[in-house]
Amino acid sequence: MIDIAWSQFTPGTALTGGLLIGLAAASFLLLNGRIAGISGILGGLLTPARQDILWRVAFLAGLIGAPVIWTLVGNLPPIQVEAGYPALIVAGFLVGIGTRYGSGCTSGHGVCGLSRLSVRSLVATLSFMATAFVTVFVIRHVIGA
Amino acid sequence: MKYNLLSLLAGLLFGAGLIVSGLANPAKVLGFLDIAGQWDPSLAFVMGGAILVGLFAFAVARKRTLSFLGFTMRLPTNKHIEPRLVVGSMLFGLGWGIAGFCPGPALLALGAGEIKAVVFVASMVAGMMAFEMIERRKRSSGGELRGYQKN
Repeated sequence: MIDIAWSQFTPGTALTGGLLIGLAAASFLLLNGRIAGISGILGGLLTPARQDILWRVAFLAGLIGAPVIWTLVGNLPPIQVEAGYPALIVAGFLVGIGTRYGSGCTSGHGVCGLSRLSVRSLVATLSFMATAFVTVFVIRHVIGA
Repeated sequence: MKYNLLSLLAGLLFGAGLIVSGLANPAKVLGFLDIAGQWDPSLAFVMGGAILVGLFAFAVARKRTLSFLGFTMRLPTNKHIEPRLVVGSMLFGLGWGIAGFCPGPALLALGAGEIKAVVFVASMVAGMMAFEMIERRKRSSGGELRGYQKN
């Protein structure tokens, strides 16, 4: 049986935030003609074509600067990282190499790819979602049980 | 100039969406990924909201070769489902499940000054560099062509 954590459930802000993410991806697509895929934008900086450097840096600066600007007008919601440092190092490396081999992450495949009805992105999204669900299950209920 | 400014604004808006939605918080992400525990389905609404807007945007974009500002429309063309797509995505899912960070929220948490995000992002960039090095070695030894796209 699925046990829903009603006290944690925040459909309103989740939907609002989702719409904002969608608007960001939509504006980037319709104005600049590009897919807002974070792993691709970051990874492309490692072997950049010269005309590609500035817009990539600009997008990432916006993303990294968002919480800074947020704190000027309000309180930033908590960012709680439960994983320890060894786990974070392993996980970061896996996310880095995995998103490059898989050509995308939650934004590029999950949001943009599904929005353009790409079968390739659907396969990628199902692959990383399923693996993430299994991973959390194993960590919390098999190892941690 | 306009192009870069709009990139900056798109990044800001994207970041605001991550903050508002709760996706910026790994604990919230893991609460969503933990179906067998106390399940928090909120993040399904984030994806739903984003895709709702995205569907309209891509329906418009699909019919165009130039953006509304006259820039080339760069949509992915690769339709192949290769092993690397699946294996790469699974490695990503493994890392995502361990830490609760995917690339966007990790960069945002870095901007928020979270030390653990600094470590995660450094390792993530190392993983991306490893990919580039492996691929470069493959190419220089006459290996297969790169089948991935930059998106």
